[in-house]
Amino acid sequence: MTEPTGNVPAVGGLAPGAAAGGLVPAAEIVVTEQSGAPAVNATADQVGEPAVVESVAASRGPLAMEAIGLNKVFKLGRGAVLQAVRDVSFNLYQGAVIALVGESGSGKSTVAKLLAGQERPTSGEVIVDGKPINVRNTRSFRAYKSHVQYVFQDPFSSLNPVHTVGYDLTRPVRLHQPGVKDVPAAVTALLEQVRLTPAAQFVVKYPHELSGGQRQRVSFARALAAQPTVLLADEPVSMLDVSIRLEMLNLLDDLRTRLSLALLYITHDIASARYFADEVLVMYGGQIVERGPAEDVTQHPAHPYTQLLIASAPDPDNLGSSLRAGNVVVGPGGAIAGKAGNVGPAQVGCPFSNRCPIADDKCRRENPALQLLTPVRAAACWRLDVAASPVAGGSI
Amino acid sequence: MAPILEIDDLSVAYRSAGGDVHAVEHVNLTLNAGEVVGLCGESGSGKSTLAYGATRLLRPPALITGGSVRYRGRRITHGGDPADVLTMSHRELARIRWREVAIVFQSAMNALNPVLRVQDQILDAITAHLKLPKHEAREKAATLLDLVGIPRDRLRAFPHELSGGMRQRVMIAMALASDPEVVIMDEPTTALDVVVQRDILAQIVELKETLGFAVLFITHDLSLLLELADRIAVMYAGRLLETGTASAIMREPAHPYTRGLLHSFPSLHGARRELIGIPGTPPDLRDTLPGCPFIPRCSYTIPACSEVDMSLAPPIAAAGAGPDRPGPVTSDSHLTACPIVAPEEVSQEGVLS
Repeated sequence: MTEPTGNVPAVGGLAPGAAAGGLVPAAEIVVTEQSGAPAVNATADQVGEPAVVESVAASRGPLAMEAIGLNKVFKLGRGAVLQAVRDVSFNLYQGAVIALVGESGSGKSTVAKLLAGQERPTSGEVIVDGKPINVRNTRSFRAYKSHVQYVFQDPFSSLNPVHTVGYDLTRPVRLHQPGVKDVPAAVTALLEQVRLTPAAQFVVKYPHELSGGQRQRVSFARALAAQPTVLLADEPVSMLDVSIRLEMLNLLDDLRTRLSLALLYITHDIASARYFADEVLVMYGGQIVERGPAEDVTQHPAHPYTQLLIASAPDPDNLGSSLRAGNVVVGPGGAIAGKAGNVGPAQVGCPFSNRCPIADDKCRRENPALQLLTPVRAAACWRLDVAASPVAGGSI
Repeated sequence: MAPILEIDDLSVAYRSAGGDVHAVEHVNLTLNAGEVVGLCGESGSGKSTLAYGATRLLRPPALITGGSVRYRGRRITHGGDPADVLTMSHRELARIRWREVAIVFQSAMNALNPVLRVQDQILDAITAHLKLPKHEAREKAATLLDLVGIPRDRLRAFPHELSGGMRQRVMIAMALASDPEVVIMDEPTTALDVVVQRDILAQIVELKETLGFAVLFITHDLSLLLELADRIAVMYAGRLLETGTASAIMREPAHPYTRGLLHSFPSLHGARRELIGIPGTPPDLRDTLPGCPFIPRCSYTIPACSEVDMSLAPPIAAAGAGPDRPGPVTSDSHLTACPIVAPEEVSQEGVLS
């Protein structure tokens, strides 16, 4: 069982302003609670019917998990609330990788915690095997955990330093596979699955004796011990060296194919999502602003935020030119898109409107819902006619 | 360009009960005035140890076992001779540290004191190294924040009230307080989002252009250096494996390790490339075997590899290329520690313009 040793979600929801690249004065991120129920600022709700997007991942395998209209509102105290997740819906399919991409504070980890049952959604449902999840008591939570497992970002803090690898794996095997007689053999099999061989050598090791990559493999093995159908990987490679990341992603890729896992890959590195995921969901300010097939979204981003993300990724082919020209991301119409600056998501209108080069009055007033671009792609932007048109030509 | 910091044959070891860990071995690296040199390597490759060794910031059990470090600042002159960092007295060191050579430490989260306001921490640094009246020091602190684009009213903020990007900017502002000639940046953007990272890198480049300092930029992310650095040094297991201009490293990577790194990161732009990665793990630096430390992970290994002396030399000519390749060795030269493998012409469609 994966205990949240490193990443306790106590104040997880504070992130949207705090980490979005700048400080947000408290007054900006909070919405006042009115008369009892945590009220969400009405003007921030999305306008228009959200589009129903077909997922390209559906062709990979059967439906494993559905997130329907998830909302999460954190109470910050003194009547202030923070909406960390707003109306997020998507499906996970067995054998498919869905990437959730966004900056810190965009709500992507909160979504994963809602799916993992560690946080309860304010509204909306998570459906597994046709049934809404029920994590109200320990027993049902444990049952749920054998379906859905979580891999944490930081392999340095998510493994208990006083336990051996063998202990870390024996416990979940006993807990989730009660029928297994030969537990050591099951542990060995797990270690071999994540290619920590010879397994006998690793069983007796403590986390401090392992490299970052090896520790993350132990985390994977621990998650697999529950024989899950869904694996939620929250930035599983961001703490690792670049040279190790690829191997780790290849391992994850191999595991989801062999075990037919439904994988949610959370990352801020959109380049790795391009290579690894079937479908990419881009989150900003707690909501999905763009979604579609990975190659399509990364090569022809429609939403101005996705365009900014992609323009910001290190581009070796650039050899200094754009950095030297100053940090100018030229958006559609020659406008200069957003330095991360010191602003968090806007609370009224489109969350990106205060950083968007092409935002107009409507953007600042009303929050757009996802609109279909093609049957498998959608973006939430009022000005897609301007934002997406040069993109269709293939250049940003 | 005049060399400003010359690291010559530097070796650093960590003493431990299980034997010495040779973290840096016989490294030569020159930093010229006003340039950005990228030092790239995996965790444990010795890149931070090299930088801290060169500035004498290491404490026991780390021990500098050989080599020399010469600093030639414009303001510090010993009758024209460079100052020898490794032999100078603590008083002399105090004059160089931070005023001449400043460091931006990794993880600004931990480098700032959580119980002191930003202003007090910047003032601390200013008053420790510059003799300024209090009101001038205050004004200086405010100017520094202007320089990195943080509103002045954030001077009264505590570190936890700032975002990761802003904390990192505060660290950069502190490093720039005395107009240093060399700024060492140890993974300054590793914990940050790509958008924030790009902002900060652009800011570093801009400040470098206006203030004219040289940067030694340490990171494990080669893709970042290709865009940022003038020259790149690739480090592995305490050794330099390859140095060269960013474009030489990018287009003609000579050492198999560098090639492995270049094939490791997914690219966003252009056609999808095949990603190969580097199998295996870095070696234990306690028992160094003769020859190249990359042997166990290298796909080109031949028996002669274990007799390679790991000195840097121009890459051997590719098959079919003329023998006229090596010219006089300058700091810009493309050098590799691998005398076995010829540089690979990396062809990437749509890259060169």
